[in-house]
Amino acid sequence: MRTRHPISENLDSLIACRSCDLLLDRVIPPPGKVARCPRCHHVLISNKRNVIDNTLAGALSTAILMVAAIFFPFIALDEAGLHRDASVMDAVGAFADGWSAPLTIAVAAFIVVIPVTRAAALIYALLPLRLGRRPAGGAARSFRLAMALKPWSMAEIFIVGVAVALIKVTDLADVSLGPSFWAFSALIVVVVFENSTLCEWTIWRLLDPKRR
Amino acid sequence: MAIAGPQETITAREAGLVSCDNCGTLAPLGSRAVCTRCHATLHSRRPNSAQRVWAWLIAGIICYIPANLYPMLLTNTFGRVSEGTIVGGAIELFEYGAWFVAVVVIVASVVIPVAKFVVIAMLMLGVRYGSRLSAHRRMQLYEITEFIGRWSMIDVFVVAILTALVQLGFIASINPGPAAVAFALSVVFTMLAAQSFDPRLIWDTLEEPQARARR
Repeated sequence: MRTRHPISENLDSLIACRSCDLLLDRVIPPPGKVARCPRCHHVLISNKRNVIDNTLAGALSTAILMVAAIFFPFIALDEAGLHRDASVMDAVGAFADGWSAPLTIAVAAFIVVIPVTRAAALIYALLPLRLGRRPAGGAARSFRLAMALKPWSMAEIFIVGVAVALIKVTDLADVSLGPSFWAFSALIVVVVFENSTLCEWTIWRLLDPKRR
Repeated sequence: MAIAGPQETITAREAGLVSCDNCGTLAPLGSRAVCTRCHATLHSRRPNSAQRVWAWLIAGIICYIPANLYPMLLTNTFGRVSEGTIVGGAIELFEYGAWFVAVVVIVASVVIPVAKFVVIAMLMLGVRYGSRLSAHRRMQLYEITEFIGRWSMIDVFVVAILTALVQLGFIASINPGPAAVAFALSVVFTMLAAQSFDPRLIWDTLEEPQARARR
């Protein structure tokens, strides 16, 4: 991959590095390989196998696990004959009293609303492609939304927070974990899997109406 | 893949092109405002990057001060209320002997936020005045900062879970303190500062002599 000066040629044969703006000839790497920018080493294209299948699988698993995580008990505490159950919704509502109320909305967004919205947006954008149809209207906007929300989707961070909280509490009382905790833990694995299989560049190309 | 020498490199902007920040589609510079493929607004460099980064960064630092001074947790045991700050909570964990968790808390709530403030400020000063660090090193710092910033939210979630779980009436109850809100705001503002930073600015300074010669 080398940079070239004449720009008169077809723009589709070129690619600019998103991270340093270097203009390069577009060379799609062989399946399973990654093309990096020669100047800043940012990933340009990672030609993953089954991008659509894997991303859809990740989004569907997120949606299913999230339903389980919300409706099953998350964690329970026993001390001196007293029993206390907490669901994910209780954790969301922890800040609901007083002036910290806006934080409730933020926590709900970070651990439930944004992960679910991302999954829905990815399914909407990619399912028609998987079924061999034309992309749905607004598929590009939908995929753009999913990408923009990525840093704000914090389900996996929440689970690490749970682990820290558990260690703080185990001295105080007996703690038992509900099915919802395991659903959330499985969610981390799914998120990691999804992040390692998603190639934005490939999906954008597949979504492009001109190329279909 | 042959690496082009520095004299051969040309950026999309120098070639009169703009690459969509969102989907990477190339378009002639200034021809249209919106990307044909994904409908995102096109700009060669993120607009007002410097002002936005400084504004979010300063807001993040300001919020970080009450986040450390006020209590994060209000613990009520048998009628006695004790207040725990971020650092105080970590010290308590050390005293329990929960070394690993104490280190996780200190790293997520103190080391990462402070390192983020320093790195973002350093990147901005480097763009403005030049830096002793190579562009590569600064690029790595930027990528690490962007990747790791969200993890500071751990402490806010810990407070949320403890509050939801430990509500045993007179025996023990835990409630969030004012620092939880300030800390969450600080993390969000610093994430926005990192997102407003345009990494292309790191590399633009390297091209300046050529760009000036062309003008």
